[in-house]
Amino acid sequence: MTELLSVRGLRVDFVTDGGVAQVLDGINLDVARGEVVGLVGESGCGKTTLARAILGVLPATAARIRGGEVWFKGADLLREEAAVVNDRVRGRAITFIPQDPYGSFSPVFPVQTQIMDVMKWKSPRASIGRARPSPFSRYPRERWRADREAVLETLRAVQIPEPARALRRLPHEFSGGQRQRLMIAMALLPQPDLIIADEPTTALDVTIQAQILRLLRTLVKERGVSVLFTTHDLGTAHEICDRVVVMYAGQEMEAAPADAFFARPAHPYTRRLLASVPSPDGEIRDIPGEVPSLVNPPSGCRFHPRCEYATAECSAGRPPLRALAPRHGVRCHHPVDAPVGAEP
Amino acid sequence: MKTVGFVLTRLARDRSALFGLVLIAALLVTALLAPILATHPEDVFELHPAERLRGPSAAHWLGTDRMGADVYSRLLFGARITILIGVIAVGASLMVGVPVGLVAGYYHGWLSDALMRVSDVFLAVPQVVLAIAIAQTLGPSLPNVILALSATYWPWFARVVYAETRALQKEVFVESTAALGASPWRLTVLHVLPNIASPIIVRASIGMGFTILTAAALGFLGLGPPPPTPEWGRTIAESREFLPDAWWYATAPGLAIFLTVMGFNLLGDGLRDVLDPRLRRARIARDD
Repeated sequence: MTELLSVRGLRVDFVTDGGVAQVLDGINLDVARGEVVGLVGESGCGKTTLARAILGVLPATAARIRGGEVWFKGADLLREEAAVVNDRVRGRAITFIPQDPYGSFSPVFPVQTQIMDVMKWKSPRASIGRARPSPFSRYPRERWRADREAVLETLRAVQIPEPARALRRLPHEFSGGQRQRLMIAMALLPQPDLIIADEPTTALDVTIQAQILRLLRTLVKERGVSVLFTTHDLGTAHEICDRVVVMYAGQEMEAAPADAFFARPAHPYTRRLLASVPSPDGEIRDIPGEVPSLVNPPSGCRFHPRCEYATAECSAGRPPLRALAPRHGVRCHHPVDAPVGAEP
Repeated sequence: MKTVGFVLTRLARDRSALFGLVLIAALLVTALLAPILATHPEDVFELHPAERLRGPSAAHWLGTDRMGADVYSRLLFGARITILIGVIAVGASLMVGVPVGLVAGYYHGWLSDALMRVSDVFLAVPQVVLAIAIAQTLGPSLPNVILALSATYWPWFARVVYAETRALQKEVFVESTAALGASPWRLTVLHVLPNIASPIIVRASIGMGFTILTAAALGFLGLGPPPPTPEWGRTIAESREFLPDAWWYATAPGLAIFLTVMGFNLLGDGLRDVLDPRLRRARIARDD
């Protein structure tokens, strides 16, 4: 498979009051064309930081990129000129669905104004090659009509009833689920290669979540768009993803096709994580130990202090990538070879 | 225009805001039509010592002052000065305070700190005291009163705009606008400013009342426009030595100031409720 996005050895530090936190520690990630990849991990493991690093929108004051590469369609986005990334990639080739459907729209303008404002610069029909858009530049009438037609069509695709009327409404007149549908529509409109969705359904209730996930999956599969989907919810990952990548404290632990991931996980952390999902019998098996500090992280594999299989080599250095099957890789010295539930 | 109609309809349902609106409208009409409404328009400048300190009568509805001029007529012309001071001073404060607040709110760094510390210095001294000091230094005249009020009122706008801009910067839509490559100019003027228009409008309305009150205080202290300008504050100051016998002399401008300031404050409060877009849904839901 051809990789659309390849993150290689990305290291990002955050300068905090408590010291320098090593939030991403040499992380690797691949997304193939047309693939929906789930980035799974506990809160604070660096999912959102990774998503933002790919988009190039880390908070400038605190974040420091220490090394690594982000290859997208043959260019390293970290070394590409900022203007080029802004003009061709961000909001065009890579779009974003935010977590919070409430703060994502400006409360004072009708939805149409806001969608068309983005389309003015990022529509697939808009020309590429302006350094900085001027607020006074004209939106050509013909293109506006074509873009609006595309907007209406996409709103129908995300199942917004009466799209023409909906466009005239203010954002607060939509429900959370509808707003997230609008966000999905906006992410699809520039005809991107990759959509980064940062926990797009956590703010919604469970029934709406499932609807929106299914809708998103159908739409991206129809259009052949890749999705990088961050979530802390394994059920969500199961619902939507072709492949799942597990992160722990800024390192990737295991990457596997979704069925293998849920049936035969190899990394001890993945197994623990799957076992910790509350079961209907009411039993909760959490992972012993604590999430490590990112200011003074454990050496080697960051999971080793909590791992029952840990040996001296685990703390000595980061385990190399071990390929277990096509597109199933694990970074562990002691991968488990057994179906889920059957501990050796 | 739809928005203006919307705001007016909502205001009309809020009784106290409507009262404020009526007071302000009355003030504007008075100022505009002063030469027509006044019974003795020439009295603004002419003296009639023979008729000094007459009580209210059919000829002089609100009596006459120490120069024998008609209090009612002078009051109407005083409204013009009051509005002139209020509009220019608040307008100038807006022109200075809003850009300062936007710049300080948008940028993080020494520029932002410097601008806000300067506005803190102005806020540290009570406005009246600072305005007195400036007006005293420059000498009593109408332009100097306006200058003194503008120079002391802009930090309020800067504060409001700064705080609102900072709060908005954390919103996803502002962040993503920046991420999509919008220039600082575009971001602040086209996206931030419309979002913070309501607190600015509310602040401006309340600021009108506040500025008019301070202007009257300056006039009272003799720092306002010199006589024979029919400024309300000065009129009250002149009337003091004739109290309590010539009660009408002080009562008329006193009531005028009171009603004007109350009008702007009620209007400001009403606007605050109407303009908050986050409250609109609740209101629409209730009305249906």
